[in-house]
Amino acid sequence: MSMLKMDNVLETINMIKEENLDIRTTTMGISLYDCVCDDDDRFAEKIYDKITMSAKNLVKVGCDIEKEYGIPIINKRVSVTPLSLVGGSISSDGYIKAAKAMDRAAAEVGINFIGGFGALVQKGMSQSACKLISVIPEALSETKMVCSSVNVASTKAGINMDAIIEMGSVIKRTAYLTKDEGSIGCAKLVVFANVPEDNPFVAGAFHGVGEAERVINVGVSGPGVVAAAIKRAGNCDLLELAEIIKKTAFKITRMGQLVAKEAAKRLGVDFGIVDLSLAPTPAVGDSVAYILEGMGLERCGACGTTACLALLNDAVKKGGVMASSSVGGLSGAFIPVSEDAGMIEAVRCGSLTLEKLEAMTAVCSVGLDMIAVPGDTPEAVICGLIADEISIGVANTKTTAVRVIPAYGKTVGEEVDFGGLLGVAPIMKINTNSPKEFILRGGRIPAPIHSLKN
Amino acid sequence: MKAVITVVGSDSTGIIAKVSGKCAEYSVNIIDISQSVLKEYFAMMMLVEIDSITIDYKDFVDIMTELGHANNLEIHMMHEDIFNSMHNI
Repeated sequence: MSMLKMDNVLETINMIKEENLDIRTTTMGISLYDCVCDDDDRFAEKIYDKITMSAKNLVKVGCDIEKEYGIPIINKRVSVTPLSLVGGSISSDGYIKAAKAMDRAAAEVGINFIGGFGALVQKGMSQSACKLISVIPEALSETKMVCSSVNVASTKAGINMDAIIEMGSVIKRTAYLTKDEGSIGCAKLVVFANVPEDNPFVAGAFHGVGEAERVINVGVSGPGVVAAAIKRAGNCDLLELAEIIKKTAFKITRMGQLVAKEAAKRLGVDFGIVDLSLAPTPAVGDSVAYILEGMGLERCGACGTTACLALLNDAVKKGGVMASSSVGGLSGAFIPVSEDAGMIEAVRCGSLTLEKLEAMTAVCSVGLDMIAVPGDTPEAVICGLIADEISIGVANTKTTAVRVIPAYGKTVGEEVDFGGLLGVAPIMKINTNSPKEFILRGGRIPAPIHSLKN
Repeated sequence: MKAVITVVGSDSTGIIAKVSGKCAEYSVNIIDISQSVLKEYFAMMMLVEIDSITIDYKDFVDIMTELGHANNLEIHMMHEDIFNSMHNI
């Protein structure tokens, strides 16, 4: 017992039992390069086989580790190579079949989401990307667990406005096709700038082009642990506050790295990365908004929110980087509105607006996440919202993303309830002055300059 | 492999006997124990080696959890590495 101290042990147990510390997701990334095929049915079949073969023990190993180490592992998931990269001459229908094969494979191995029905089109759209993107609405409405992401911009390539125009239409159609379930299809669809290729969190997870055959990526979480540590610290100054957050992030990440390495070892695959994100859930006590309020804001969304979030995000990264040999993914604080009890409250009471959220995304990961807007929001306005958010990422050399739900038939004052981890989204007011003429110019916004930074 | 058993709850007679009895029953070797009572609050930490355990480790975890429930105590059993990795640089 020489190494272990009673208070350390009790601290860890308290974090898990009282403060919702957990491994949010253990995600197996699987390469689909060897599934390339020119026959629609054979393509779907190969994908199904590859996923079920590779991930057959994923859930079991996750559950074993959970029991042995006493750490809850909430989700077990799979991400695959963006389908458009391996689709080649597959038809649009073939992509829908492939999505369904992914869905069946996910059910077979017992996971709850699978990411990778996506495309990388930051500079231009290949034929296969075009075909895949055109059937995203059908793929998402005809499957349960498949998630889709499309990277439309990067700091090196600029912003592909043609792709954004396409995504505006895809989002609206997805909302319509899943209208009976609160337009839930849009909750499984992310539009990215500078997308990370090793992100374990859905809906944006996919297995990047430079990744190994199979990897294990782990997303840790623990907003409740950080909030509790801040509360215990009482009235300290900001330097001290940052130190407390760093130390807490260190401990959380160490736990994540231990689980990731153990899972990779048992599954016989490479250990990829630990994603340091503070990922909230709708459970009270598991909220990023409550951390910000714990730092001294009357309500999330107040003036000062962006500063609080910047401090939090930076300190989490500093603590986490020290703790793990391989940090990657999104790594920061998530601010998905519908998945965070404090954010939901702040929107309901009018403290947190869409504009403030946009500002907040400049200093944290990821972006405008799980935001519901009125169902009749014009396509051009959705495109404008995406273009704004994506610009923040491109100009600041960081990942940003948009996961927006134009909830069909709903308007401001109403809410959509997705249930489970996706939570409840109050419909937010959005500026409907039209950016249509600007958006429809199409083409590409050039990549930003890297000197003269002001 | 080593694991840490922690027992927290209100103090009563025979807590250590109950826990160590179960350990002996399933050939779980106790390496170290530290225990303290603060007011009526009992806290014990036990480092055990489970290499020659006679049942599945996971079933033993369940037995410990059950023992806790039956005696109004919180008993957790976790792999030692969790604490080493979180609290040591």
